Amino acid sequence: MGEKDYKKLWWKIVFAILGFSLIPLFALGIAIYYQFSVSYTAKIIEDLKTLVENRRSAIDLFFDERISQLVTLAHTHSLSLLTDETNLNVMFNTMQTRSKSFIDIGVIDWKGNHVAYVGPYPELKGVNYKNEEWFQSVLSRGVYISDVFMGFRKFPHFIIAVASRQGDKTWILRATINSDIIDRLVGAAQMGKRGDAFIINKDNMLQTAPRFSGDLLGRPKAPDFSKTVETSVEEIASGSEHSFFSASVINNTRWILVVKEEFGEQLTPLLRARSIAVALCLVGILVIVVGTVLTTRSLMKELIRVDREKAVSDDMVIQSSKMAALGKMAAGIAHEINNPLAVIGEKVGWIRDLLTEEDLGHSTNLKEIDDAARSVQAQVERARKVTHRFLGFARRMEPVREQVDVNRTLNDTVELLGNESRYRNIDIQMELDPNLPRLLSDASQLQQVFINIINNAIDAIDGVIDPSRRGGKIQIRTALLSKTNEILIEISDDGPGISKENIGKIFDPFFTTKEVGKGTGLGLSIVYSIIEKLGGRVTVASKNGKGTTFAISFPVM
Amino acid sequence: MAEAFRVLVVDDEGDFRETLVKRLKARKLDVRGSESGQSALDLMEKIAFDVVILDIKMPGMDGITALEEMKKRTPFVEVILLTGHASVEAGIEGMKLGAFDYVMKPVNVDELLEKVREAYERKVIREEQPES
Repeated sequence: MGEKDYKKLWWKIVFAILGFSLIPLFALGIAIYYQFSVSYTAKIIEDLKTLVENRRSAIDLFFDERISQLVTLAHTHSLSLLTDETNLNVMFNTMQTRSKSFIDIGVIDWKGNHVAYVGPYPELKGVNYKNEEWFQSVLSRGVYISDVFMGFRKFPHFIIAVASRQGDKTWILRATINSDIIDRLVGAAQMGKRGDAFIINKDNMLQTAPRFSGDLLGRPKAPDFSKTVETSVEEIASGSEHSFFSASVINNTRWILVVKEEFGEQLTPLLRARSIAVALCLVGILVIVVGTVLTTRSLMKELIRVDREKAVSDDMVIQSSKMAALGKMAAGIAHEINNPLAVIGEKVGWIRDLLTEEDLGHSTNLKEIDDAARSVQAQVERARKVTHRFLGFARRMEPVREQVDVNRTLNDTVELLGNESRYRNIDIQMELDPNLPRLLSDASQLQQVFINIINNAIDAIDGVIDPSRRGGKIQIRTALLSKTNEILIEISDDGPGISKENIGKIFDPFFTTKEVGKGTGLGLSIVYSIIEKLGGRVTVASKNGKGTTFAISFPVM
Repeated sequence: MAEAFRVLVVDDEGDFRETLVKRLKARKLDVRGSESGQSALDLMEKIAFDVVILDIKMPGMDGITALEEMKKRTPFVEVILLTGHASVEAGIEGMKLGAFDYVMKPVNVDELLEKVREAYERKVIREEQPES
């Protein structure tokens, strides 16, 4: 696979892994967050509703009690008793001790005249309320609670009026309540730092002073809840404000309690949970991405390594089958040549045999014929050597364990390459230990090793690598290392040597310093693997400019 | 002085065989030639040979088959195998079947003669030993 293919595969794998891990991560995260959010919000709303109803009940109770008080008062005392201001005073004081919210109390007759009064504003006595709306209301309904108003007194209050009948006389008992008690009741519903609570009347006018949402008796800075019938909770977002509103109707009055909670404040834990989830998600993404990249990279490295190994192995297989084919072909040719060669050899031998019976002394021609015949014999011998070597070469293709004469293999190899080296002015010197023991090995594979190394030496000297040089020397030496009982084969050349950067790479497959097309980079890697397989070791020593020596050693069994 | 033993050269290649026979005769060997395995066997029925120089690759009956036959009929005869295509396997197979040695063409006639003498010596030794 080429570089581009590896890159493409790398990206494919990374995207696939990222897709399969991130998408479920997000989906899960979003689902869980959504679920949590829904539940939490529902809970908030429930809580708000409870709060509102709670407060409303408290306010309802307050009103019920006040009304009870007045009704009891009205129905248990006669008009004459009540209009007596001393009595009224006593009653009022009693009432006031129990609840400080009463400001004053007064009696109004059916004509609307304020006939008795106890309280801080005696000038009210004598005022006629006949035409007031509330007067008619209380006469018809029996109980009347007014809206908050400033009135003569310039502070917020409201009145509770109760009608009573004695015989054919109808009269009204009216008390003024300081609305700060209501404010206090409502205040308890103002939650947190930005929550608010207030009461509005059916015309959407504020009856209490809210914290932020407006001024008393003005319009609230909030949606209009004046039409509320049943307790409701709404989530309202307008502009920069996002809040929950809950409204509940207060009995006995024209009032509605409204509680406001700020979305952000109430849902702070939820938002915090969301931030944590997002942070974790990001960390998770980071981990996944890093992990994916690292994993994929090491995966690709493995893949590339395996591919390389396979390529080398494949190449070796191709090489050996090429060699086998070559060998077979060579054998075929050699055989075809051998037969005529044999005949030529015999015939010329016969010629010489015949000539020995002649007296060569007196005939120059006969001497010439004899010389020629001898020369032919020599050439036949030479050709024989070549064909036999080829036939020997072909024979040894199958891996074999045999007793190998290393010296002879070296000699055979050098003869094979002899012409090549002579043509390039390269002198091959052999220093072979004649007492070298036989090696249990594979001669043809050894020959392959020697061919590759000597070929490299020839190329090095010849200037394939350094074109400025021509001619040189190759030394081949064998010896028995008695200390380690190993056979040592040294092949040295006086070529340009191998640089320090390259010397560690020369046995790597596909490594070559020859230009494109001139070297496969496999020669030495094959050498290395053959030597390894045969149980030997190979080392290389070289100095830039001073030549290279390959040292191969095999243990003698 | 003539050698005391008889040699048969078996090779389908006429030129080669005839010249070799001539050269061996010039070296005082009692030698004849035969062009195929079958004709060699037929001849050996009539004449007792001591050493046979046998080419491996022949049309019809090949050298190995001929060798087996010869060893069957006349077990003491020594056979030197000739091979032109250096098939060591055939040579070794022949040795297993009882051939004395094998030689690759082109041959050096004097070396061949030496081998023939050695083969005859072995024949003599074996014949003198009691059968086991």
